Amino acid sequence: MIHSLFLVNASGDIFLEKHWKSVVSRSVCDYFFEALERATEPENVPPVIPTPHHYLINVLRHRIYFVAVIQSEVPPLFVIEFLHRVVDTFQDYFGVCTEAAIKDNVVVVYELLEEMLDNGFPLATESNILKELIKPPTILRTVVNTITGSTNVGEQLPTGQLSVVPWRRTGVKYTNNEAYFDVIEEIDAIIDKSGSTITAEIQGVIDACVKLTGMPDLTLSFMNPRLLDDVSFHPCVRFKRWEAERILSFIPPDGNFRLLSYHVSSQNLVAIPVYVKHNISFREGSSQGRFELTLGPKQTMGKAVESVLVSSQLPRGVLNANLNPSQGTYTFDPVTKLLSWDVGKINPQKLPSLKGSMSLQAGASKPDENPTINIQFKIQQLAISGLKVNRLDMYGEKYKPFKGIKYMTKAGKFQVRT
Amino acid sequence: QVAPAAGTRFHQDRAKNHPILLSHTNALNSRSELYSPLCECVCSDVCFLSQVKKLVYVYLVRYAEEQQDLALLSISTFQRGLKDPNQLIRASALRVLSSIRVTIIVPIMMLAIKEAASDMSPYVRKTAAHAIPKLHSLDPEQKDQLIEVIEKLLADKTTLVAGSVVMAFEEVCPDRIDLIHKNYRKLCNLLIDVEEWGQVVIINMLTRYARTQFLNPNINESLLEESSEKAFYASDDEEDEDKKAEAATLAKRKPYVMDPDHRLLLRNTKPLLQSRNAAVVMAVAQLYFHLAPKAEVGIIAKALVRLMRSHSEVQYVVLQNVATMTIKRRGMFEPYLKSFYIRSTDPTQIKILKLEVLTNLANETNISTILREFQTYIKSMDKDFVAASIQAIGRCATNIGEVRDTCLNGLVQLLSNRDELVVAESVVVIKKLLQMQPEQHSDIIKHMAKLIDNIQVPMARASILWLIGEYCEHVPKIAPDVLRNMAKTFTNEEDIVKLQIINLAAKLYLTNSKQTKLLTQYVLNLAKYDQNYDIRDRARFIRQLIVPTDKSGALSKYAKKLFLALKPAPVLQSTFKDRDHFQLGSLSHLLNAKAAGYQELPDWPESAPDPSVRNVEVKDSVCARRTVLTGPEESDSGSGSESASASDESGSGSESEESREETESEDEEEDEEKEKKRKKRLDKTKAKKPAEESAERCTIAPSGSIKMYELLHRITGEGLAVEYCFSRQPFSPDPNMVAVQIQFTNNTNSETKNLHIEEPRLQSGMRIREFTEIGLQPSGESVTVVMGIDFCDSTQAANFQLCTHTRKFFVSIQPPVGELMTPVFLTENDFKKEQGKLMGMNEISEKLMLGEKCVNEHVIVERVTATANLSRVPCGSEKECRFAGKTVSSGCLVLVTVPTKEGGGAQLTVNCEKMLIGTLLVKDIMQALSQ
Repeated sequence: MIHSLFLVNASGDIFLEKHWKSVVSRSVCDYFFEALERATEPENVPPVIPTPHHYLINVLRHRIYFVAVIQSEVPPLFVIEFLHRVVDTFQDYFGVCTEAAIKDNVVVVYELLEEMLDNGFPLATESNILKELIKPPTILRTVVNTITGSTNVGEQLPTGQLSVVPWRRTGVKYTNNEAYFDVIEEIDAIIDKSGSTITAEIQGVIDACVKLTGMPDLTLSFMNPRLLDDVSFHPCVRFKRWEAERILSFIPPDGNFRLLSYHVSSQNLVAIPVYVKHNISFREGSSQGRFELTLGPKQTMGKAVESVLVSSQLPRGVLNANLNPSQGTYTFDPVTKLLSWDVGKINPQKLPSLKGSMSLQAGASKPDENPTINIQFKIQQLAISGLKVNRLDMYGEKYKPFKGIKYMTKAGKFQVRT
Repeated sequence: QVAPAAGTRFHQDRAKNHPILLSHTNALNSRSELYSPLCECVCSDVCFLSQVKKLVYVYLVRYAEEQQDLALLSISTFQRGLKDPNQLIRASALRVLSSIRVTIIVPIMMLAIKEAASDMSPYVRKTAAHAIPKLHSLDPEQKDQLIEVIEKLLADKTTLVAGSVVMAFEEVCPDRIDLIHKNYRKLCNLLIDVEEWGQVVIINMLTRYARTQFLNPNINESLLEESSEKAFYASDDEEDEDKKAEAATLAKRKPYVMDPDHRLLLRNTKPLLQSRNAAVVMAVAQLYFHLAPKAEVGIIAKALVRLMRSHSEVQYVVLQNVATMTIKRRGMFEPYLKSFYIRSTDPTQIKILKLEVLTNLANETNISTILREFQTYIKSMDKDFVAASIQAIGRCATNIGEVRDTCLNGLVQLLSNRDELVVAESVVVIKKLLQMQPEQHSDIIKHMAKLIDNIQVPMARASILWLIGEYCEHVPKIAPDVLRNMAKTFTNEEDIVKLQIINLAAKLYLTNSKQTKLLTQYVLNLAKYDQNYDIRDRARFIRQLIVPTDKSGALSKYAKKLFLALKPAPVLQSTFKDRDHFQLGSLSHLLNAKAAGYQELPDWPESAPDPSVRNVEVKDSVCARRTVLTGPEESDSGSGSESASASDESGSGSESEESREETESEDEEEDEEKEKKRKKRLDKTKAKKPAEESAERCTIAPSGSIKMYELLHRITGEGLAVEYCFSRQPFSPDPNMVAVQIQFTNNTNSETKNLHIEEPRLQSGMRIREFTEIGLQPSGESVTVVMGIDFCDSTQAANFQLCTHTRKFFVSIQPPVGELMTPVFLTENDFKKEQGKLMGMNEISEKLMLGEKCVNEHVIVERVTATANLSRVPCGSEKECRFAGKTVSSGCLVLVTVPTKEGGGAQLTVNCEKMLIGTLLVKDIMQALSQ
């Protein structure tokens, strides 16, 4: 299946290669570089590139291209999904997934890649099994390793691979037993020029951080499970119980994991927490444009809208922008024409606004496109869909765990057309 | 520099060196000087999985091909490892051994794989499955032996092995479908517990398998659809229409019944749509798209739309597949139209794919919203995207007649756009639209003619010129002028423009030779000396054709016809049309070209292959345990029926648990097995001692042979298991109904409430008398009820919903033909008299050879009465057995005669007014007797 893997950095150098079958020459990547050159933007490289003898499937994460070499028919999503899993694992191990981090931990990287695939077919991709085989690097361990010359390869045998719950190790011990769940909802919306909603939907996830001793069996129930329209689970969740009782029942993996992602049914009207008043205009003939933007809260259930960030890609003809924010700071990059305004918290008494003028290229005609405005924000303590966790119970262990649930609403792909 | 140092120091300080070493494994130059100490190092270490070794293995595998001799040094260590008591060590020894690509050790590998395939530990067996493709790529000649190993591993019952062995199957022998038959049901049932990567491989393989083994569930609909379409488009061709209609009714008459195995696959893959792994979701989606009945395909849309939230690469692949799906089943994605709206932040390739999907989804009802959406897209800064949007508008306009004018006006407005690319693209699209109704739009053509001075994009210029030439009658004044202008700039034009100038000249010459004769001559002369041979060629050809000379050929008479023929309007169609002949989700589909190693998705078979190949032989010991005799009195009884209990009656407690597990496979048993069991039972009766019998705990089931059928498996029923049998007792509330005894077993931890039947979907004439609602069923208990079904003397299934207080399950009961009758007692004379009335067409007679075990009359009676609910008619001759019964619903007599001959031959005669019943019955009895 997957023959080889090349890691290519932003400047187009191959800085790591790994082969699972016979060795494939680096020159195969020339086809990838060709495609890279042709693409105007880094994300426009086609994910699948056919070459005379191989197929290249690549993903772009953290400005690194992961290029897998395939020799014969395989579902492309299979490879793409695997590559993303590799990146997730690196992130899990090293905290960040950058070229520097990979180069620093090259030994661990090779060990991981060796364990994750056997002859091109995924072998162990579950982070718990991998961590049993290869210990993640810590500062202390790095120091010890340099002195003693030992590595991160675990001494034990990977017993996790034989278990019926491969996502959990046995014999986990904690002094403080805690289970935290974050319900995070994202609003994806497109708002029209006049302020009416073209499309809006809510996507949510429940991320968990579970540090419990032994083999706990958890059940999580919701006050209003009917809200959840489409769900996808971590493999630990028992699907049958969900179908029958709408209860999440699972033996949790150890540490951080994504328990559930869901989509809120589209019949429900989505509350849009902010509104934007805008007036962006260019006059024919003059080299000036007007820019006015005001933000305000709307349907926030009494919670504050925080960490607001507005960004907009201005037309190519704009040379510079001379604006005046009522709060926060703004930047305009004259090269990429990207305007971004870090607003901070919205104060309902004194609405934040950004006003001023844009100077256009002299002599050029008025740009006929209007920029779209992308907005990011956060609202703490609120799940905008109204989803509420009812209770969390634990079976199978005797101690009393500490439980915590946090709600948060964020903007996903939130766009306002002007 | 590092290498020699590492080599010398290696023995003293191995541990310190390997990180340095490893960081160089990615460098391409082979480090032979390091290799030998390394191999020694492998051999000398005592602890097998020591840390150094792990890294040495990586190195060893990487360079073994180049340093074969040295690699061989390490082999013996692995061979030792293969015998280790620890399963993990055995597995990793096999893994490394099989990864060494050295041909000399092929026999050693083969031996190791064979041994590991029968290892106790599933993990080692999994590793063996992984090793198979490795060995196959190293030495393809081992294929036959490897297939044997695959066959063995396919039979493995653990989830750990399933994914890996199917992977090996796909790489080594994907065409050996016959190996799958016996394991099909097991794979379906294991699927949900297999690790996610294995799931993808198994689902893809099963899709291909199902295409070869089951019938097309949409066969009737596709026929109907076709005929209605044909009727719509070719209403004048009545004969054809009639034929089609006939075909459709024919198809209707032969209703499609889904193979239970087909249903099993669909049912067991459905929960996987909820997987977090996009590849699994896609695999299930393509399975449903290729295999499910039309009404059920819709459920995949939601899951696919969910994947659109994922990384852009995933989106790219999913959208490609959605685009193909929307062409064939548009309705499926219509509710999710808004999810395909484009954001300015999407990468261009995603935007273009979304446009494709939106265009495919456009219909009369949503076109106005879609067009409004497209209008905003045209203002985008991304020019490639704008061009694609304009094309999309053009396609909507051609597909939906109502909006054609609106679209055209919109596009004409775009002609005044400042961006040249936008204008050019609009021109090309307008040209295509105008071709559909040129008469009404001469003003647009005039407008376009004016544009030619400003537009520089060659494709657009060529389009305008072609338009003017084609419709020169509509613009008689402008056309010659345009030609004059073009003649001036001819030499500086691009090739496609030049060709169109020649075309324009030729057409004008034919319609308006007075004004343009000289101009045409001029243009043709210019073209004659052009650099491009295509243009020279065209000029020469056209000159011969249009300019009359003395030796001009016969063709020039027809020049006008040739050039000014009515041309059919172009069809703007999606590039994704017909892509669905590739299996969706595959690399080949994405590239729209066959990738290496792609397995074609076979077409549905005309008629279903024998479904019994999937039946699994159950071990004899299990059969014996499961079917226990109730007592000798049963076999002596007049109807010759026997009784076995359906519940667990095994003698010992430990066995009972096993046998409960086995009930899963009960429905998989074939008639042959039934017969075998029955035989065994009979043998047992004879041998059984009274003491033994009394020791058996028996639940005496109602008379008749009780074959339990499964209505609802306990896994699909979420703990509720439902079995049914035909009790063969008269159904007292309505004598025209067949009594069906249903047994509910609640395996859940909670009570099940309000068990009842809802929404029966029956063939016309069929009726159901429901059982009274079961109010409450405590956990762990079994309840038996009886319901009546009037099957109208047909073997059509009765479909209905079984409802609990929380869930509804679709179930169906299909009766074997033998259960559609009740015994009738006739004397010998009556029998002969009735038989005399049912001659000719109503008599079906077949010769057969009795099976080995049908030694005496007793066995024959046994088998016939087991197959059909008939009673024996006394008969003078010993060499003949007679049976009589009548159908439950209409009361038609069914008479069966079996005279035996010397040497195991026999003649089976069935007399029945209902010929269908007769034919089916003959078939069933024949099968029962010849075994």
